[in-house]
Amino acid sequence: MLSRVRSLAARWDLLYMLTWRDIAIKYKQSVMGFLWALLIPLVIVSAGVFLRAGMSILTGKPLALEDVASVSVKAVPWAFIVSGIRFGTGSLVANATLVTKIYMPREIFPVASVLSQFVDFLVACVPLVVLLAVAKVGVSIELLWVPLVVVLLLVQVLALGIVLSAGSLFFRDVKYLVEVVLTFAIFFTPVLYDADTFGRWRTVLLLNPVAPPLEALAATVVHHRPPDLPWLAYSGAVALLCLMVALAFFKRVEPYFAENI
Amino acid sequence: MDGVSKKFRKGELHDSLRDFIPSLVRRALHRRPAGALELREFWALRDVSFDVAPGEAFGIIGSNGAGKSTILKVLAGIMRPTLGTLRVGGRLSALIEVGAGFHPDLTGRENVYLNGTILGMSRPEIRRKFDEIVDFSGLEEFIDTPVKRYSSGMFARLGFSVAAHVDPEVLIVDEVLSVGDYMFQTKCQEKMHAILGGGATVIFVSHNLRAVTELCHRVLLLEHGRVVETGPAEQVVQTYLRRALAGVRDTANKDVFISKVAVRGAGGEAVAFRSGERAWVDIELTARRECQKLSLSLFLRDEGYQDAFNTSTERLGLGTFTLRTGESFRCTYQIDLHLGQGTYHLGVSVVRYDIQREFDRWMPAASLFVSADRDVRGVANCYPEVLVLGTARPPAAAVPPRP
Repeated sequence: MLSRVRSLAARWDLLYMLTWRDIAIKYKQSVMGFLWALLIPLVIVSAGVFLRAGMSILTGKPLALEDVASVSVKAVPWAFIVSGIRFGTGSLVANATLVTKIYMPREIFPVASVLSQFVDFLVACVPLVVLLAVAKVGVSIELLWVPLVVVLLLVQVLALGIVLSAGSLFFRDVKYLVEVVLTFAIFFTPVLYDADTFGRWRTVLLLNPVAPPLEALAATVVHHRPPDLPWLAYSGAVALLCLMVALAFFKRVEPYFAENI
Repeated sequence: MDGVSKKFRKGELHDSLRDFIPSLVRRALHRRPAGALELREFWALRDVSFDVAPGEAFGIIGSNGAGKSTILKVLAGIMRPTLGTLRVGGRLSALIEVGAGFHPDLTGRENVYLNGTILGMSRPEIRRKFDEIVDFSGLEEFIDTPVKRYSSGMFARLGFSVAAHVDPEVLIVDEVLSVGDYMFQTKCQEKMHAILGGGATVIFVSHNLRAVTELCHRVLLLEHGRVVETGPAEQVVQTYLRRALAGVRDTANKDVFISKVAVRGAGGEAVAFRSGERAWVDIELTARRECQKLSLSLFLRDEGYQDAFNTSTERLGLGTFTLRTGESFRCTYQIDLHLGQGTYHLGVSVVRYDIQREFDRWMPAASLFVSADRDVRGVANCYPEVLVLGTARPPAAAVPPRP
């Protein structure tokens, strides 16, 4: 596996160019250009605020600014998770001409696709930070957790992108399956609500490896609390395991790409 | 490459899970050895072995579907052979399609960088060679235009230009010399020679037999996935031509048909000639019904099936002839092959000009392989001699300055 990572690193320039290409073409010939990177997180945040407003009416508790901030902090990475998995899944099929015509370490396609979405995420973080500043969320030492948590999410998305891209190369079913799951996954993931809302069912929600890092973001950034470490460790272990399995699986099936695409 | 075989499946593979599960079960129940074929499978390559020395130019020829591109894909690592092993030493670059990875929405400049990194160059390397690449393509003016607005020729030119500047140790080329106009093709050929001259190993697949013989030292002939012959370029090209012509002609319902065409040189039947050599073409006609006012036409076409030479008995002032039912008729043409180096296809037809009727046509009835002792290209050999070569005048004011 290390040799695969190394050969990927040797083609750093290619990874850079493919990532750059995925970003460049997405917004070519569009009037809004990079503003599109903000639109989807914005829609999710609005949905979350709307949901929270409804909940506050039901429970009679007023809608706190803190809740809005917490929804935003989780919605922006969620947008990345969804688009990263989606683009990663389609990446090999989208690059069919390259897969069948030129040899290169093919992991580079899902990785570049996910990274291009990651850049969108970073862009979307700028208005998010502004929003948090306006909401007077403030800073604390706990913010140091943020980079680690973001990297954890990135690793998870990369692992899924790598496996699913190979899967959908052989069976287009995978792509449709992914679409369906991604559409409804927001209901099963504590994005628009907090895991604590569910009381003793919290554990079930946190078993979803994406949930602990999202909760950790809300905890550290908005509530200035340390993250729930055991759960974060669980999520990290799952992420690393997934990445290792993904790379091994990818390596195993890669020789059959060109003739099965 | 040693004993390499590659198995493919005809028709659609199970493309959704519904088809896949039954086949998985089937496979789990009885394992088959890799060397056996299942239903609908066939060998695209069977037991192919060859070695290419460093610095050598190696050609692969064969008709469509013979497995040429599969060899290249296996060599390039795009596919893994079902059986056998192969080893490639050195930095390999495969030109299986020019402009692979070009994105239509990106500009020429952006695509040069993208395609260059795809082909294995680093970005600083591309930056260094950028002007050279653009210069070679001749597309300076359009380099900041999205390539979707390019003509297909421009697209291919830019693609080849990038590919030609990769500086690989092993270069694999599939039919890329046939892009662009004549001028650009010549440029490509020169570039290929330059790459070869630089010590790179080249593996070249083409239908253009002339290009193969000009470029390659050794050639491999492939037929239905198997190696027919490996050897010196000219020899293998001749084998190929001889085998390609061995097909059967349907003459069942023709009033007059060409029953035999044979080409002789000074030493008997031949397919290889030196430029300027004399050849005889023996033709035999057979008539099923009586036909009048016939003439016999002979023509030579070059590899692009362009007329190189064309004549007929009537045009040579011999009048027309008549064949009675059941009669055979013989004619021998003598021609001098003042031709440039290359492969020529010889055709024969029986025509009656006044009613514009062609009774039979046999094309290609034979293929001739013409070699020239000097490097003369094109269809004709004009036997060039250089009589004067040098500076005619001192460069000073002797030439009036431009107004």
